[in-house]
Amino acid sequence: MTRVLFLCILALAACKQDMVDQAKDKAYSASSVWDDGASARPFVAGTVARGDLARMAAVQQPPEVDAALLARGQERYGIFCAPCHGLTGRGDGRVVQRGFPAPPDYLSDRLRAAPAEHFMEVIANGYGVMFPYGARVAPRDRWAIVAYIRALQLADGEVTRGHPARDAVPVGGGR
Amino acid sequence: MAQIFHARANTIIRICLALLLIVPAGTVAAWMVVMRSDYVTGRNETVTQPVMFSHRHHTAEIGIDCRYCHSSVEDSAFAGIPPTETCMTCHSQLFTEADMLAPVRQSWVSGTRLNWNRVHDLPDYVYFNHSVHLAGGVACTTCHGAVGEMRLTRQVAPLTMEWCLSCHRAPGKNLSPRATLYDPFPTEGKSAEEGHALLAEYGIDTSGLTDCSACHR
Repeated sequence: MTRVLFLCILALAACKQDMVDQAKDKAYSASSVWDDGASARPFVAGTVARGDLARMAAVQQPPEVDAALLARGQERYGIFCAPCHGLTGRGDGRVVQRGFPAPPDYLSDRLRAAPAEHFMEVIANGYGVMFPYGARVAPRDRWAIVAYIRALQLADGEVTRGHPARDAVPVGGGR
Repeated sequence: MAQIFHARANTIIRICLALLLIVPAGTVAAWMVVMRSDYVTGRNETVTQPVMFSHRHHTAEIGIDCRYCHSSVEDSAFAGIPPTETCMTCHSQLFTEADMLAPVRQSWVSGTRLNWNRVHDLPDYVYFNHSVHLAGGVACTTCHGAVGEMRLTRQVAPLTMEWCLSCHRAPGKNLSPRATLYDPFPTEGKSAEEGHALLAEYGIDTSGLTDCSACHR
């Protein structure tokens, strides 16, 4: 009898779903502890995060340019820059086609002559209507993007409209 | 002496004996069906959001990469919900008067965060990691479905342990080539050979994938 009763209690215990929603804070958890209702707290002023010094050093120190860095730059450029600057750097990306003010042409004489640090600075802090990307693109990736911009500037700047290289093809094609 | 049992007693007791088996078995079966139903798993449920954000518009129509907004997806367990700043990167200039975006502008001006509602909610004892799945060649759409078709975001997978394990037991056919990992549409049907080739390309050791500790701690 005791055994049967014990099994019944065990069976009931298995129905409890407490562990599905545990009393712990995870990323993006809501919290009733603070006024803003979020468990994630803003940084205290002057916080130095782990790896900040290395990141600051990486801004100063350009990495060795090799095929891997350029490939990384091409990928990051495609994600973060091409929506406005276009796949060839002409400043005719999809978002610009939809009405965003056109950014300057990377292939212009002014930007061909601009030092790499200028692009690093603009990526990190923004320029004009361009928002800062410092929080979204890590320093090494910024250098990779700058290297890729240089590659775009070296490539054929006179690619005509309709050339495949100019198509701001949305991922997934024209479906 | 009168008969204690009526003539129908035999039938009744037979039915009762049968019910004694059928009712528990049926209850268990019904329970299993209910637990896998969309009602319990949340599958295909469109969660109400503070802003009517369309993944279809931003990915398939404009061609913005998933990582533009979900920028920590390759390096972190969490894909990352973009801060209002990311929305305002474009919407400081585009659709600046749209009513639909009023909550975004309000959030930007006041500095209070937008409270997006979670669409995919795993139990707290599951330690899912986005970055490890991407490094292993699982495309966004493999779990999230054709995001490029979703005007409003919904959960496509049942997210049951059975569903997780169906892939952990045989991941090959669910992997995608590197070039298509972030496509907003799934690539259709891969052959077994392609699956094997992808397992080798991503260097996946399948031996530990069904260990309890792979997902639970």
